[in-house]
Amino acid sequence: MTIKMKVENISKIFGPRAKRIIPMVEKGESKTDILEKTGHTVGVYNASMDIMEGETFVIMGLSGSGKSTLIRCLNMLNRPTAGAIYVDGEDITKYNSQQLKKYRQEKIAMVFQHFGLFSHRTILSNIEYGLEIKGIEKEERRKIAQHHLELVGLKGWEDKYPDELSGGMQQRVGIARALANDPDILLMDEPFSALDPLIRREMQLELIDLQNRLQKTIVFITHDVNEAFKIGDRVAVMKDGKVEQVGTPEEILEKPANQYISEFIRDIDRSKILQAEHIMIRPHGLLSLKDGLNVAIKTMQENGLSSVFVTDRRRHLQGIVTIDDAIEGLKQRKTIEEVIQRDVNTVSPEDYVQDIIPKVLESKYPIVVVDEAGIIKGIILRVHVLASLIEDNGDSSSEDKADKIDPDKGLTE
Amino acid sequence: MKEFPDLRIPIGDGVESFIDFLAANFQALFDFIFVITSSSIKGLESALLAIPWWVLIIVVVILGWYFTSLSGGILFGLFMFLVGSFDLWPETMTTISIVLISVILSLAIGIPFGVLMAFNNILSVIMRPILDAMQTMPTFVYLIPVIFFFPLGNVPAVIATIIYAMPPVMRLTELAIRNVDKEVVESAQSFGSSTMQMLTKVQLPQALPTIMAGVNQTTMMALAMAVVGSMVGAQGLGERVLYAINRIDISLGFEAGISIVFLAIIIDRITGGIADRLQKHRGNAS
Repeated sequence: MTIKMKVENISKIFGPRAKRIIPMVEKGESKTDILEKTGHTVGVYNASMDIMEGETFVIMGLSGSGKSTLIRCLNMLNRPTAGAIYVDGEDITKYNSQQLKKYRQEKIAMVFQHFGLFSHRTILSNIEYGLEIKGIEKEERRKIAQHHLELVGLKGWEDKYPDELSGGMQQRVGIARALANDPDILLMDEPFSALDPLIRREMQLELIDLQNRLQKTIVFITHDVNEAFKIGDRVAVMKDGKVEQVGTPEEILEKPANQYISEFIRDIDRSKILQAEHIMIRPHGLLSLKDGLNVAIKTMQENGLSSVFVTDRRRHLQGIVTIDDAIEGLKQRKTIEEVIQRDVNTVSPEDYVQDIIPKVLESKYPIVVVDEAGIIKGIILRVHVLASLIEDNGDSSSEDKADKIDPDKGLTE
Repeated sequence: MKEFPDLRIPIGDGVESFIDFLAANFQALFDFIFVITSSSIKGLESALLAIPWWVLIIVVVILGWYFTSLSGGILFGLFMFLVGSFDLWPETMTTISIVLISVILSLAIGIPFGVLMAFNNILSVIMRPILDAMQTMPTFVYLIPVIFFFPLGNVPAVIATIIYAMPPVMRLTELAIRNVDKEVVESAQSFGSSTMQMLTKVQLPQALPTIMAGVNQTTMMALAMAVVGSMVGAQGLGERVLYAINRIDISLGFEAGISIVFLAIIIDRITGGIADRLQKHRGNAS
């Protein structure tokens, strides 16, 4: 993956003599002290991050943490006081006004918290706006706008005005308007914060879906940890204008950089972040169809389980043999093929723990994790699911998976 | 030390010599303004008088119907009919011409200036006391210098009317542009709009309802100047009022006065209706 946007030591200070304030911040004086002494507001201080091509990069922080200021530096709505931002290798902070216009018209688009729609224009002509500014012919831009309107599911609303739409629909217009310009980078400033919770969840899923299809580079701002971890490939946590930690949601969850971040993520619903592959264990003692039932019973004994999974030579899942069936079958001299249960509860490695919980609860046997090709990746016992929800910091990283097998021994599932 | 010391700071004299200087050196410019203004008033006036009275009443009814309601339109038509029955039809047309030309000139100067003030804080700070003065300075004070530059008649009245009526539209234009929702402006910027595109495609359309409120105010104030304007020789309804005052003619005074009120109501409701219509989809209520 290549770096799409490199943010280097960006600071943004608001006030008439912003540059002079930098040394004060360097000395470590606090935001409130600087405001009292000089009347300058420190928006962002010394923020650095690499944003990769095609990833969804979330900047998370409470209000006043500088996240909105930072995202506005990325398209120069805020001119940074110090630092550089390289997009495809060019420093956009050095752009003159012509270059900046071109950059905004071609490479980057933004979605706003309160939508920022033009209330005097129809939905379709709102979506057309960016294309109109670029000077694209009327007919051509109509066509592109119509396509994007349909992409966000607003067919039939072309000639309505923004005030005739619900909040969720208005934000779809905002997204369509940004996408119509076909930008490489999409900036989203708390796009779903103004929506009610049900609509918000729906929009989050749609964004994830849209992103899977379009593969844009997205910079997404939120104050909601759950949203950040759900949407973000990587997350930056900001506090008082400084970037405290950058990492994948799992990294931040497992190894919070400091006290503030662990406080921040304490309330998070882990079942929405952790996926099957994070909690599964290596499947021990798999059987093949050619094995005898006595082998099956022996394997179960060794592993302390009441069932065992059967695969072919390439580890494709075939089914499950339970201890009862095996003992009964052995008496009647049956083969594995005759007692195997083909209908097995499976989950995919990307399934979230919250979706696995019901399956685990209703099944007597372990849940098996199978990839798209049908190959067994691991198994999940009830205890893993429950443990993942209460686990505290730092000891459930994925490298340890294999070692977690021991506690499962002796379980009488 | 009861009395103010005998210091004389001669600002008034300064203004007077400045006016003398202008009158002496810029006569060509003032002549030019005079010719343009007076011929456009005359042109408009004769055009209005050329239209049969009933056609004009029908136009008023239709405008009233379209922008307010049917009953409003009929009422406005009735007002116009009453004015005609007072035998004040030609005077009314003259007053409409003077007011219309004053308003058009006020808007032509006021709106662009208001836009500049929205973009330039220094200009805005400088203009604020000037606008205050234009609105509160007793009208007669600047009627005096105006008649230095122009012969008595409609033109000095138009100039005085512009000075008095322009501030609302200028202020409201500035306010409207400044108050365009910040995110809306940012979103236009984020697409790489130029300053001009921004102004014409986003800021002015968004500001239009408020600007229309300014247009409405300016028109009302221009009408209010009809009587004052007649003191420097403007014709029309104001002149009739002045005539009635001199003769202590209560009947004529009332009829001319109520005609001005009728005009004010008609113009206010129709321009107000236009503003409401523009407001419909432009509320910043996202």
